[in-house]
Amino acid sequence: VTPSEGVRRGTGRILGMLESLLALGGLVLLRDSVEWEGRSLLKALVKKSALCGEQVHVLGCEVSEEEFREGFDSSINSRLVYHDLFRDPLSWSKPGKALPGGPLEALRALDKRTGSGPATIALDSLSWLLHHLPCPILCQTLHALSRQDSCPGDTLPGEQVRVLGLLHEELHGPGPLGALSSLAQTEVTLSGTMGQASAHILYRRPRQRPTLQTQWFSILPDFSLELQVEPLLESQPPSDLHTPSVDPTTHLTFNLHLSKKEREAKDSLTLPFQFSSEKQQALLRPGLGQATSHIFYEPDAYDDLDQEDPDDDLDV
Amino acid sequence: MFPELNNFNTTRAEQGKLTLLCDAKTDGSFLVHHFLSFYLKANCKVCFVALVQSFSHYNMVGQKLGVSLTTARERGQLVVLEGLKSAVDIFFRPREEPHPLQFLREANAGDLQPLYAFVRDTLEPVDCGEAAWRCPVLLVDDLSVLLSLGVGPVAVLDFVHYCRATVCREWKGNVVALVHDSGDAEDKESDVLLNGLSHQSHLILRVEGLATGFCKDVHGQLRILWRRPLQPTTPRDRSLTYQYKIQDKSVSFFAKGMSPAVL
Repeated sequence: VTPSEGVRRGTGRILGMLESLLALGGLVLLRDSVEWEGRSLLKALVKKSALCGEQVHVLGCEVSEEEFREGFDSSINSRLVYHDLFRDPLSWSKPGKALPGGPLEALRALDKRTGSGPATIALDSLSWLLHHLPCPILCQTLHALSRQDSCPGDTLPGEQVRVLGLLHEELHGPGPLGALSSLAQTEVTLSGTMGQASAHILYRRPRQRPTLQTQWFSILPDFSLELQVEPLLESQPPSDLHTPSVDPTTHLTFNLHLSKKEREAKDSLTLPFQFSSEKQQALLRPGLGQATSHIFYEPDAYDDLDQEDPDDDLDV
Repeated sequence: MFPELNNFNTTRAEQGKLTLLCDAKTDGSFLVHHFLSFYLKANCKVCFVALVQSFSHYNMVGQKLGVSLTTARERGQLVVLEGLKSAVDIFFRPREEPHPLQFLREANAGDLQPLYAFVRDTLEPVDCGEAAWRCPVLLVDDLSVLLSLGVGPVAVLDFVHYCRATVCREWKGNVVALVHDSGDAEDKESDVLLNGLSHQSHLILRVEGLATGFCKDVHGQLRILWRRPLQPTTPRDRSLTYQYKIQDKSVSFFAKGMSPAVL
């Protein structure tokens, strides 16, 4: 799908991007960076799921519940269940406010909660979980969570479980990133240019070749998504026709111009290393007026004054 | 405090924010002195985890900026954990007594829970009859030192996470921490720490040396980056860049290329 096709399709149905991200099911990986953050896209996807009537379970590790619910209206907030791993994830507080069992149990508990009906699980963030759980265990739990084991024929389309995972790319090495990437049905990498955010989306549909799509978008304050046109790269600077060009040679403290006499004198000057025919003659026939040069040599005490040519015995 | 820095609206009376100070190829400690004197003058209760310099150093600079750290400490407004002194003390105390820098005694530096406990106990709002301070503030100089002392980057991130959850979220206070960007591609731990902190921060003040090297009149460049705004706004509005020159009692800021020495 070329970018322009995607946009044309997108402008026809404004919410096409979010729907297509949610349609495939399984694990949707949102890879963000410090410069291009992904939490607003995560919240936009959460809002879309909630508006479709689904229950959304959020495992919140990085932001507080109030901050995550901010910007959502009450209809969405009522469908959102926030599992708080932010306040006391490692049980450091005296009166324990932690979820029992720590992060791993909290993650596994999500599996049991979403027993009936379609559901969306949002993990904010996978980076936090990856820092606190061993990678293989996290991958196994994610695999179980997104119900990859069951054959596509068994699960009814309505019972699909969708797992949205936010991952901060710069925090992990290629190993864990690759492992999570291979688990994902859909992978979204966020970047952008010139103030405009973009998403590179890789769809891994079963029994089809992976497809790559690029969408330019922006998230509105109410967490709905608006598609944008790809910004044109402007290589030439904006031309300023209205500013008069300034002559830099005015108001100088030194002279840039030559008078006629100065120019003649300059042209008639022979450069010292310029080889003209007169110079050639003068060199070949040293005139009487020219003094021959003498070399005065005072030998040192240890000098070897051998007049023989040292190269005589070379058989060349 | 440096009045010009306040003009950038970085230190409005915003509460519940994590501000990250980051320096690359230059010394960003002038920002630490700025925030320390700013919050003391704003009548906030400050917990200062000073791991890099001695108390008298900060006091001296503070006096140039118009605050007396000794007075603030005597009044109970300022609590300083002097890292250089405590690090030696810890080996001469009985092992059972908890110490904020407990990780120095352990073979595998575990987590920073004792340090967090120290911060929590210091800044916990108590209602007694005395004059209440304004919001609690935690200031750390600096976090990269903890990496050098053997603490893992995830442990430092967890410490900052808990400080954010307690000081920022629960008590509506502020946290300001300095971290160094080594610029070394080989130093993965420093990168993970810096990026992890950047993701957690609301505001990042990044101080960089000039790309062309040392200059007498322009000491460096300051980039102000707002993250995690309440509403998603375009990144275009979210970042500002200034150049600065540090003088004896103040820092002057100007737009790029507009240093008075150059104009």
